[in-house]
Amino acid sequence: MSDAVISVRGLRKSYGEVEALRGIDLEVRQGEIFAFLGPNGAGKTTAISVLEGYLERDAGTVEVLGEDPAGAGRDWRARVGFVLQECRMEPLLTVRETLEMYAGYYRRHRSVSETIELVGLGEKADERAGKLSGGQQRRLDVAVALIGDAELLFLDEPTTGFDPSARRAAWQVVEGLREIGKTVLLTTHYMDEAQALADRVAVIAAGEIIAAGTPDDLGGRREAETVISFRVPDAAAAGARAAVGGDWSGSNGRLELRTGEPTRALNELTAWAIANGVDLGALEVARPSLEDVYLELTGTDAS
Amino acid sequence: MSAAALVAHQFRFEQKVFWRSPAAVFFTVMFPVIFLLLFAGLFGNGEIEPLGIDAANYYVPAIITLAVVSATLVNVAMRMVEMRESGRLKRMHGTPLPTWAYVAGRICNAFVVSVLMVVIVTLIGRVLYGVEVPTTTIPALVVTLVVGTFAFCSLGLALSMAIPSEQAAPPITNFVVLPLYFISGVFAPETEIPDGVLTVASVFPIRPFFQAFLTAYDPLTQGAGFDWGHLAVVAAWGIAGILLAVRFFRWSPRHG
Repeated sequence: MSDAVISVRGLRKSYGEVEALRGIDLEVRQGEIFAFLGPNGAGKTTAISVLEGYLERDAGTVEVLGEDPAGAGRDWRARVGFVLQECRMEPLLTVRETLEMYAGYYRRHRSVSETIELVGLGEKADERAGKLSGGQQRRLDVAVALIGDAELLFLDEPTTGFDPSARRAAWQVVEGLREIGKTVLLTTHYMDEAQALADRVAVIAAGEIIAAGTPDDLGGRREAETVISFRVPDAAAAGARAAVGGDWSGSNGRLELRTGEPTRALNELTAWAIANGVDLGALEVARPSLEDVYLELTGTDAS
Repeated sequence: MSAAALVAHQFRFEQKVFWRSPAAVFFTVMFPVIFLLLFAGLFGNGEIEPLGIDAANYYVPAIITLAVVSATLVNVAMRMVEMRESGRLKRMHGTPLPTWAYVAGRICNAFVVSVLMVVIVTLIGRVLYGVEVPTTTIPALVVTLVVGTFAFCSLGLALSMAIPSEQAAPPITNFVVLPLYFISGVFAPETEIPDGVLTVASVFPIRPFFQAFLTAYDPLTQGAGFDWGHLAVVAAWGIAGILLAVRFFRWSPRHG
C-alpha cells in the first residue's frame, strides 16, 4: 500500500529460549489510529520497541516512515514521537520548562503553549513535574511526544494506572491527535480503550496476531450469535426451552439462549411467554462485546 | 541548531535542575564549605611541618579537590543513573538530540559549578584565613580544572554504568570516593598518612589531582606551577573512563 506508514512482514524476536514475537505482519496507514490489544506478556511492548528502533529484531522486514528503524538516524527520529511505558519526567522542571527543553532538540517544533493546552495541562504549566498527579505526568509525557511535531506517534500503554476520569481525559488527547492528522500506534490491555480509540485493532497473544480488524469486525463479531437472557421460575424453564429452538444454557435461575436468528427467536419466546402468562424477568438481548471476543481469542476463561 | 547552541540549550536546563536539587547543592556546594571551615578552624594556622605551609593553605586546595570531584564524578554518576533508570535517557535517545550534545551539556554544568567552587573556596581561604590567592599560577589552575573536569566526568559516566539502581547510586558512589579522599590527604593532612598508603593513593586519580592543585596553591612553588606528571595520571584515568563509558553505555533502565 502506498500510504502505509508502518509495514511489517514476518517479524520475529526471541529472548533466549522465549519467543516473544512469532511472525508478525502488520500495516498501518497514514492518519490511522491502530491499537495492539493483548494481555501482559503478549509481546505488545516488544513489537512496539522494534518499531521504535530501540530493539533489534531476529527476522522479518520492518519499514517505518519508509526506513528501517534499526538503522534510522536523527532525521527519522525527528518524525517519530514516543510515550514509553515507563518514564518519569524531570521532577525539578516545570511543565513549560520540560517542553521548552525537548522543543530545543528539534529543528521544527510545535508551540509549547498550544501543546500544553492540547493535553489539558494549561492550569499546571508552571507547576514542577514532580508535583503533578500520575495522570497529569502521563499527559506531560504525551506532550513531550508531541512537541517535535512528529507524523507518527507510538503510545505504549498510555493510560495504564489511570483512574477513570484521567483515562477519559487521555482519550480526548488521542482524539485530538486524530483531528490534527497524526498516525498513532498504541498498545493497551483495555478492551474499551481499543474500542473507543482505534480505527483498527490487532489482538496479540503469545507473540502472534490472532485477530485483526476494526473493533466492530474483530473476530467475526458481526456474524457472532446474539445472546438472549432472562429469568423465569424454575417450573417454566422447560417450557421456554421447548418453545424456542437454539443453544440453551442456564445457571442460577437465569436462562441464556444463543441464536443466529435473534428476531425469530425473540418473537417465538415472547409469544410463548404471553400465551403462558410468564414474565421474562430482567430480559436482555446482547451481542458479544469486544471483551467476550477478546477473552475467547486469548484463551482466557470468559466466565 | 548549531552544535554549540544545542550544548548551550542543554546546559541551561542542567543548571536549573542542579540549583533546584537540594541534595546536589548541599553535597557539592555546602558540604565542602562546611569542611573547609571545620578543618581550617580545627587545625588553625598551625604549620604542617614537613610541607612548610599553614594548615589553611593546605586545606584550600584539598577542599577544592573535594568540591570538584563532587561536582563532576559524584554528580554525573548520580544524575546518569537517575536519567537511565527513570526512562528519561531512553526517551531522550528517541529525539534528534545527539548523545554527545547531551553529555557535553552535563560536563559544561560540572565545569561551571567547579569554577564557582574554586572561587568560593579561594575567597573564604583569603578572607577568613589569609590564604594567598595564587595569581601567578592561574593558568596552571585552569589547566588542572579542565583536565580534572574532563577526567572525573568521564569516570562518573563509567561509574554510572556499574550502578544497578537509583537506590544504589549514593552508597556505591560514596564507597568509591570517601576512602580515596581519606588516603589521598584530602581530609587528614598527608603528613599524617603512612607513605605506603600514599603510594597506593597515587595510583588512583584523586591524589594526583589534589597534588596538582596543591602545587598551584603552594606559596613555595616556583614558576608557573604546572604539575604535568600528576595531571598525566589524572588524564589517563579520564581516557580509561571514556573507553569504559562508551563500551558499557546503555539507554534503557536496568530493571525489568
